[in-house]
Amino acid sequence: MTTDTLPVLTKKDFQTDQEVRWCPGCGDYAILAAVQAIFPELGIPREKFVVVSGIGCSSRFPYYMNTYGFHSIHGRAPAVATGIKIANPDLDVWVATGDGDALAIGGNHTIHMLRRNVGVKVMLFNNRIYGLTKGQYSPTSEFHKKTKSTPFGSPDRPFNPISLAIGAESTFVARSVDVFQQHLKETLRHAAAHKGSAFIEILQNCNIFNDGAWTTLTEKDARSEKIIQLEHGKPLVFGKNRDKGIRRLPDGDIEVVTLGGDITEKDLIVHNAHHPRPSYAFLLSHMEHRPGFPTPIGVLRAWDDLPRYEDVMNEQVQEVIAKKGPGDLASLLRSGDTWEVK
Amino acid sequence: MSTIAETPISKAKREVIEQAVIRFAGDSGDGMQITGSQFTNTVALYGNDIATFPDYPAEIRAPAGTLPGVSGYQLHFSSSDVYTPGDAVDVLIAMNPAALKMNLADLRPNGILIVNQDSFKENDLRKAQMTSNPLEDHSLDKFRVFSVEAQRLTRNALQHLGIDSKSMDRCKNFFALGMCYWLYNRSMDPTFRWIGDKFSKKPLIAEANKLALKAGYSYCEATEAFQVSYEIPPAKLEKGHYRSLSGNQAVALGFVTAAQKAGLTLFLGSYPITPASDILHELSQYKDFGVLTFQAEDEIAAITSSIGASYAGALAITTTSGPGMALKTEALGLAVMTELPLVIVDVQRGGPSTGLPTKTEQADLLQALFGRNSEAPIPVLAASTPSDCFWVVVEASRIALKYMVPVIVLTDGYLANGAEPWRIPSLDEIPAFPVTHEKNPEGFLPYKRDPQTLARPWAIPGTPGLEHRIGGIEKQDGSGNVNYEPLNHENMVRIRAAKVAGIVQDVPDAVPAGDQEGDLLIVAWGSTSGSITAALNGRRAKSLPGRIGHLHLRHLNPLPANLGEVLKRYKKILVPELNMGQLIWVLRAKYLVDAIGMNKIQGRPFMQNELEVKIEELIGK
Repeated sequence: MTTDTLPVLTKKDFQTDQEVRWCPGCGDYAILAAVQAIFPELGIPREKFVVVSGIGCSSRFPYYMNTYGFHSIHGRAPAVATGIKIANPDLDVWVATGDGDALAIGGNHTIHMLRRNVGVKVMLFNNRIYGLTKGQYSPTSEFHKKTKSTPFGSPDRPFNPISLAIGAESTFVARSVDVFQQHLKETLRHAAAHKGSAFIEILQNCNIFNDGAWTTLTEKDARSEKIIQLEHGKPLVFGKNRDKGIRRLPDGDIEVVTLGGDITEKDLIVHNAHHPRPSYAFLLSHMEHRPGFPTPIGVLRAWDDLPRYEDVMNEQVQEVIAKKGPGDLASLLRSGDTWEVK
Repeated sequence: MSTIAETPISKAKREVIEQAVIRFAGDSGDGMQITGSQFTNTVALYGNDIATFPDYPAEIRAPAGTLPGVSGYQLHFSSSDVYTPGDAVDVLIAMNPAALKMNLADLRPNGILIVNQDSFKENDLRKAQMTSNPLEDHSLDKFRVFSVEAQRLTRNALQHLGIDSKSMDRCKNFFALGMCYWLYNRSMDPTFRWIGDKFSKKPLIAEANKLALKAGYSYCEATEAFQVSYEIPPAKLEKGHYRSLSGNQAVALGFVTAAQKAGLTLFLGSYPITPASDILHELSQYKDFGVLTFQAEDEIAAITSSIGASYAGALAITTTSGPGMALKTEALGLAVMTELPLVIVDVQRGGPSTGLPTKTEQADLLQALFGRNSEAPIPVLAASTPSDCFWVVVEASRIALKYMVPVIVLTDGYLANGAEPWRIPSLDEIPAFPVTHEKNPEGFLPYKRDPQTLARPWAIPGTPGLEHRIGGIEKQDGSGNVNYEPLNHENMVRIRAAKVAGIVQDVPDAVPAGDQEGDLLIVAWGSTSGSITAALNGRRAKSLPGRIGHLHLRHLNPLPANLGEVLKRYKKILVPELNMGQLIWVLRAKYLVDAIGMNKIQGRPFMQNELEVKIEELIGK
């Protein structure tokens, strides 16, 4: 593709005339702004973008993107997107989904799309609640969370979305936060550059039904202590004074250490997002559940050496045509044993 | 290519007959489906008209020798037109006591019974819950019994090959097949060729099967076991080239043809389900036609991926059976709402729930017509014979593309697995219906309608200037924007209904076969066509009185415009269905006719005789 023939696109080109109908203060506005900001940078003609969604607040996303868009049914966006991508691998297909849409009703499609490595980018807006149905707990809600449907606390153990995606061996897994606009844009750019399946969990606030969903992470004081920003090739350091890090244990596990004395940055793990195997990324993906460990954001895994599903499928067609020649319908109808009645 | 016998044909006494019904029955591990389909292929190549009825258990291998493990394959072949696999069997091949027990009731008195004597030992009888050996207790006296040591004779013929006895025993079905070829004076060459292709990488196994086939043939020749052999001359079919075609094959070929005639890529999203899986298997072979087959993670992904592919511009289809159809329900509504072309094939089977996976039924008609939330009309077509599946699928594709609608095609297990000779059409017999995707941004609106068809434009991603959003939420007519206004909703519901109702302009008027007015009109749909035709021909042959018409509906939604008028021309209306009465429910509701139902829910097609009895009951002998 030659980019010099492309018209220069701006954020405005990706805005529609439809009134955005998310609640004022919803984290979705920030995500929409970030996506509209990075799409013009990608050097892709606008008509090649397709945004697909399921059902939920986040799934209204396509109506606000002036691209091709498909607001499908609950949970099925990955399957719709897979069909679009197989039929036309040239399209740049993005899925906007939520924690209920992608992990409850559509969990099956999510994991299968990821394990197939369909070249679709999935943005999972995780607000840990059902917003559109007005406040029931979701598959990412905390254990014991009190909601409309769990007045005595939720008995469910939550999914960790990035662990699930890495478990399905998604070739790209990242996490960002609605209010970290620059980080979010940077993460989306990384995802956009990835050819295979890209899974981005976006921690997002629902100021109506689950206000403060992520404040323990996003509050100014908490940010540097509770969050570790992963950067490929950089040591795993965090803390307000950048005085904490993550080190390998001899048994393969990890521990949090304080820098100083004998321990220097050289002792820490240097983040390698490009490792072909998912085990290291998986270890990082659920460390936040352990006392003293930070929550990772950024790109956990970006291994792009696996062929895309839609390419494998279409190449198979091309290979057979190269070998057998293009199919001849008259001969196909006459295939097998035939006889003539005179 | 016509295959005339190249192997020596027996010189024994030969009797020319018009038709025969033969059934191969054995354990599901005995290869009865292959044996039956080989015999079918051979007689079809010879020029007989045929109808087949494979009947196999849902279990892959029920315990060997038991009653639930019995698999059967019935073939009716004739020198005149054949409409059904036949009510009564002339020749039954029973490979074990269980097969004998399950099938004997269908063998006509004095019919030929070939049994594998080696599998009638005490243990075999016990597995079949038999207390005495039928080969010894005179219970088979009214049949012509040929008790053959098929297993021992096969082993004898193969012992020099040095293969194990299990592999030798696997060839005994071809010993039986060889006997049948002798009995009906048929060449073994087509089967030799098939064996050569099938086992091209296992020459020893190929040789073993060929030898077993020859051994069965020679056994009849040498022992003069049968005093007479039979000859069924070729049928006088319409001129042309023919092949044998099953319903599932016909569906696959129909879709490849439709995609070419439309100039589109064919996309199949499917999830394996009996008895529809063979369509997926067939289409997955046609990569040289650019066919994309996606085996999805479930039935829902199968249809929603197809909807995605349709949005992206392909001729998108999905194939399933009843339980899968139920799972696709919500997505069918999405296809209705987004007004995208899509063809859904439901190969009906016995239900509800898992029901009878390998048996036939016609009980998904009301599901196809109404089984969705809210007002979600979908055109429905049904195939009446295995080869008719080809034409119905082409027509369904054409309608889907012309009107931008999902279309449901109903076949059933009987059509799917049954086979008949098909006159191969030349490509110009099938009109093209080229499709052009919308390209022009000027005045483009995603829900702007063609005044003739009410279809909306098909603008596919990748087209500059036509960026738009669609989805399951109610649309504003024209713009396609989300719209919740009461009057817009009513307008859109009515437009979607009018669009489907308007397809009637493409539905030919109903013209009954037989009498155009009179005493009785038989109105039916789907796979009952053959049985009804055979029953009416049976009456005609006996010169029985009464003016009878037979109307077989291909279009079930919308129904032919003149149907109400046709129904009024007859004194009585009979609606035979393999369900509790579904078409009759529609006819009664829509035309206020006092139709009479005839219903069979046994997982099997109607017998010709059952229909003849019913007709007699209604209008006399």
